[in-house]
Amino acid sequence: MEWIILLIVLIVLVMWIVSMYNGLVRLRNQVRNAWSQIDVQLKRRHDLIPNLVETAKGYVKHERETLEAVTQARADAVKAQGVAEQAKAEGKLQGALSRLMLVVENYPDLKANQNFLQIQEELTSTENKVGFARQFYNDQVLKYNTRCESVPTNLVANLFGFKKSDFFEIDTPSEREAPKVQF
Amino acid sequence: MWELIQANKRKSVVLVAVLAIILIGMGYAIGFIIAPDVREAPIFGVLIATLIWVFMTTTSLVGGEKILLATAGAREVAKKDAPQLYNVVEEMSIASGLPVPPRIFIIDSPDPNAFAVGLKPERAAVAITTGLLGKLSRDELQAVMAHEIAHIHNRDTLFMTLIGVTVGAVVILAELLLRGMIFGRGPRARGGGGRGGDQGAAVIYLVAIVFALLAPILAYILYFACSRRREYLADACAAQYTRYPEGLASALEKISRHVARGPSKKTASKTLAPMYIVNPLAAHGRRAGLFSTHPPTEDRVRVLRGMTNASLAAYEEAYRSTHKGEKGVFVSAALRGIEPQEIRTPAAEEPANQTRQWREVRDLLHKVDQYALLACACGMKIKIPPDFEDPRVHCPKCGREHEGAPGLFASLGALGHAQEKNS
Repeated sequence: MEWIILLIVLIVLVMWIVSMYNGLVRLRNQVRNAWSQIDVQLKRRHDLIPNLVETAKGYVKHERETLEAVTQARADAVKAQGVAEQAKAEGKLQGALSRLMLVVENYPDLKANQNFLQIQEELTSTENKVGFARQFYNDQVLKYNTRCESVPTNLVANLFGFKKSDFFEIDTPSEREAPKVQF
Repeated sequence: MWELIQANKRKSVVLVAVLAIILIGMGYAIGFIIAPDVREAPIFGVLIATLIWVFMTTTSLVGGEKILLATAGAREVAKKDAPQLYNVVEEMSIASGLPVPPRIFIIDSPDPNAFAVGLKPERAAVAITTGLLGKLSRDELQAVMAHEIAHIHNRDTLFMTLIGVTVGAVVILAELLLRGMIFGRGPRARGGGGRGGDQGAAVIYLVAIVFALLAPILAYILYFACSRRREYLADACAAQYTRYPEGLASALEKISRHVARGPSKKTASKTLAPMYIVNPLAAHGRRAGLFSTHPPTEDRVRVLRGMTNASLAAYEEAYRSTHKGEKGVFVSAALRGIEPQEIRTPAAEEPANQTRQWREVRDLLHKVDQYALLACACGMKIKIPPDFEDPRVHCPKCGREHEGAPGLFASLGALGHAQEKNS
């Protein structure tokens, strides 16, 4: 009789651990998916920038430095590896872009260019998408990390080597205020 | 959010189960009323009831969204026709973490409204009327789309369809039951039962009448209560996705200001009503009774404006403080471990130009209808219908002749010219 009870307790225990494990896997996959979404949007932005620089070049001849800064920041961002480094490079790129857009204000001809307007709308939206993807990613990371730390899931997490994920924080003052950058 | 969907699912299953029990009870009663002499009749009634229900559910699950979109007169738009609308929808699918963005439809109607359909996120669609598209700023449009995408994300589109269909089946059966009582043989027809049997049958008869009258009302009350709750939930999610509750608040105000003038017939349909962002059929300023699909708009705006940050927990707090003594919108599991989320600053936007926005919406409609748009030097925009044959076009304003038309047709290719409207 006793061993039946023992067996039942054991089965329940195993099932409980399995469900905790599966929960952790689900959350970790969500974090990965969310990261890939950020990645897609960042790539899109990287692809848009050469177009933007090319269009702007003809109009803003006296602003070589600003344009070069954008190109350089883009090249660095493309090369960046890992969450923390990527975040830093993207912060720089964002800063360089905002400076360019401030400069553009002085060139009404460029601002009226149809091609430029189109790129600008796409860039604004991509900017938003990066922001929202980051927001979603950080929400997922928060949920996953909380689960990794709290009792009793932390035991399962330690046992099977679930590591906490990094948040994606962009370090520009303007970016902290809003997930959306308006030019 | 996972907990939210789970809680949603559990409640919906319970609700459908309750409705199914009512349904089976009706089937039993119908069998009994129509043929009181036959012993198997009630079982047969139950069988018929189940069959009706299964049939209605299957048809709505298989082709439901197509039928709904078609009845609303919705037409799909491509990204090149409405880049901003597309971008906004994509932004919100990313914010909500939908696997793929829903397809986008527009409805040519002056009533400002929007709705979502689709049984699962992969097959979902959002639709917006031209009336709404022409009214909203980018932030407001984003908020409305966030609300619709929240319906998709929370699986409201699936559960409300299921529950709605079941309620529909209950109503049909109640009708059958009442008819059965009028045309059926009735308790007196039962032969050889004696006085006692007559009395028993009369009691059952009475119970059946009460049941037939009350069941549909009860079903509707359950359905509407569920629907109203889902609206609050979708509002909360929209605020969280956009991190900007004011966007939805001002959009709702704009919509309700128009609804106050009364709906035009076109978009208003009873089956679709719970799917819309605000109920197109509801009279303005009325309190939400037991029979409204949506909470009163003023109330939704008040809750949104009472939020101190953009998290779901903040919505719950605002809801509780505006609805004293009521239980909140969320199950507590969904709110566990939620941290305050900052409200973002509104997008710096150019001052709204209503006329220009309306024109853009009209242009969008023309593009969806495969019209070719030709800009004339005088500032006129010539809209060429897809079945226009003449390669030369004269500007109706200044009379200039344009040669570009055949090229335009060529660029439209198989799309524009092949689909000739010969009628």
